[in-house]
Amino acid sequence: MKKLFALLLVAAMVLALGACAKSTDNKAMSYAEYDAAELQTAVTVETYVQAKQSWWDNKATIYTQDKEGGYFLYEMPCTEEEFNALVPGTKIRVSGYKSEWSGEVEITDAKFEIIPGDTYVAAPKDVTSLVGTDDLIKNQNLFVSFKGMTVEAYDESGAAFAYKNDADKTDDLYFKVSKDGKVLSCCVEFYLTGQDTDVYKAVEGLKVGDVIDLEGFLYWYEGANPHITSVKPAA
Amino acid sequence: MKKACRLLSLLPVLCLCLVFLSSCHGARKHAAFEVPDGLEEGKTYEVVFWAKNDTNKTQTAIYQKAIADFEALYPDIRVNMRLYTDYGKIYNDVITNMQTGTTPHVAITYPDHIATYLTGKDAVVPLDGLMNDPRFGLGGSEVRFDSPRADEIVPSFLSECRIQEETYALPFMRSTEALYINKTYVEKLGYTLPEDYVTWDFVWEVSEAAMKKDPDGSFAVNGQKVMIPFIYKSTDNMMIQLLKQKNAGYSTGDGEILLFNDVTRSLLREIAGHAATGAFSTFKISSYPANFLNAGQCLFAVDSTAGATWMGSRAPLADISPDRFREFETAVYPVPQTDPENPVMISQGPSLCLFNKEDPGEVLAAWLFASYLLSNDVQIAYAETEGYVPVTEKAHADSGYRDYLAHEGSDDPRYYDVKLKASKLLLSHLDDTFVTPVFNGSTSLRDAAGQLVENTVKSVKRKETVDDAYFTKLFTDVTALYRLKSAGGGPLPAGSVVLLASLGGAWAAIGGVWVSGLIKKRKKERQN
Repeated sequence: MKKLFALLLVAAMVLALGACAKSTDNKAMSYAEYDAAELQTAVTVETYVQAKQSWWDNKATIYTQDKEGGYFLYEMPCTEEEFNALVPGTKIRVSGYKSEWSGEVEITDAKFEIIPGDTYVAAPKDVTSLVGTDDLIKNQNLFVSFKGMTVEAYDESGAAFAYKNDADKTDDLYFKVSKDGKVLSCCVEFYLTGQDTDVYKAVEGLKVGDVIDLEGFLYWYEGANPHITSVKPAA
Repeated sequence: MKKACRLLSLLPVLCLCLVFLSSCHGARKHAAFEVPDGLEEGKTYEVVFWAKNDTNKTQTAIYQKAIADFEALYPDIRVNMRLYTDYGKIYNDVITNMQTGTTPHVAITYPDHIATYLTGKDAVVPLDGLMNDPRFGLGGSEVRFDSPRADEIVPSFLSECRIQEETYALPFMRSTEALYINKTYVEKLGYTLPEDYVTWDFVWEVSEAAMKKDPDGSFAVNGQKVMIPFIYKSTDNMMIQLLKQKNAGYSTGDGEILLFNDVTRSLLREIAGHAATGAFSTFKISSYPANFLNAGQCLFAVDSTAGATWMGSRAPLADISPDRFREFETAVYPVPQTDPENPVMISQGPSLCLFNKEDPGEVLAAWLFASYLLSNDVQIAYAETEGYVPVTEKAHADSGYRDYLAHEGSDDPRYYDVKLKASKLLLSHLDDTFVTPVFNGSTSLRDAAGQLVENTVKSVKRKETVDDAYFTKLFTDVTALYRLKSAGGGPLPAGSVVLLASLGGAWAAIGGVWVSGLIKKRKKERQN
């Protein structure tokens, strides 16, 4: 009887361990496989944290990429302690669902685990020549740069930028730049780079006609809408 | 052992002390508010106002003008506004600031949120005394502006602000949801819109018809590769209104949860069927209904009347580029109905609540500002920014406001026809609106109602099996996610949880000691 009881205990433990195993055990996809996967299908990728947008209600929104492509992780369940461990360069294995919201392809309802050792921080990819072309979207979610862009009037008021919340400046900033007649709408995402950051202040100081170099993550909202992390006078 | 027993016997006392101490340490307390004799002469009062706009700069300008006009009337009161674009963020910040006694004086809010604020004793100011004060109340003798009387507030709007027999807020603006329809495409599909109301059956049928594709893979109705015929912005409202229209349970007034019932299950089954064909999606899963509607990629878009300026092929506000707009006629209807003979729609919109302060003069100053926001100038100007409706009959009767409403069809953007139709929709259905019961936990229940729809649609799109077993698990998961088991009052305050846990622990310890003693006694008896 005791032996049978012990056997049952072992069996229960094995089952319990199986249940505890992370769902990130699936084989990781290459970026090409991820790119080809249909929306709303389960995906698993190994990628590297590039920047963290926000952590709220135990959910993290993170910009990541590997050497082939970018992956935007939207509201991934994550404790504050885990979030703090996700410094730029950290390799993570992510399993979730490939989704699309207003044109932005992202991984939602994701689980992740940190893979120690290997790290990677991407240098910005110059995509200036792709502005206004159908090829720009192939670089979605990558850390990119735009060189020699001219600041355009944001709206009919003639201002160089607009606050989403102009009363107390605690939200996103919007501005437009162009190159060779092709216009690009840009966003300074407040949760990524708030009002005290250099980029926020730099955009507040822009004037129509300024020629600037930009860096940021190639986010999409009803068209290209990069989340800009750096604005400098054109080199 | 004796020492342990003593310690255990002290446990209930220790626990009660801990609870007492934790209660003292939490939110800062104020004495219950009493209307003071007046503002202290020569003293300057600072009023912090947390407001919300709809990412609409005109609304910001109206708030700023209202503050400037008010300060001109009351030079000793300074109003500092902080603007939010999300009700949820105001709610979270109020909760956080209640702990440190740094709440604003006035905040835009929803009654559901106030129910949670009320867990902080005397944190929110009950307004009945202020409203009826003969000097400073609504229409009071010493008020320096043309204040509406209490009986000039639309009664149903005011009653929405009553919780536990007390008025805890003033309605500021009211809206409902509207069904914005691409009438051109509906007719292209061979359907005619009914005169006053459309039913859910009609919306589902036309939506399925719109999924027909041409041989090249584009949708026949719009010639594009993208078509989501029916998109709902707020799925919590969708479920709440469906249940109300079907006379099915949602919650009782005192917080008993009735949401997880067979009608809900059958509604989710129907929604799943249309999500499976691609005929239905939601804001959270796809995007803003307006973006699809305006691009000719959606036939039925449900969104607030307060979002009317974003809707239609000539919408003054838009997130999509001009080249993506399509030309079509926009019809504005009440939300789909189950029984058009008895239309039912939700009432929503911002209200104003006041937070208690040590100095009753500060509360009085805040009250004067809050009640100023009900004056005709502010009410009418703000209502005109969107498909809002002023909350006072005084404003409804104002000749300027009536003239504004009469301008439907004008080319002037101030009179954008979709916006005017949206306002008139609510004005003509004031008696058909309802609100859900407010209690501590009603915010969570509302979220849960929306989550049921979101999860179902998401699961269908992910090709998961959505059957009775799925719904049973969904009910369990959502109940746990929003901690609705403990509702009947919603999630318990931390102090209550500690108290109950302590009492449970104490009784368990006492029980343990008693059993241990019993065993010892029996052993002794056996030995003897």
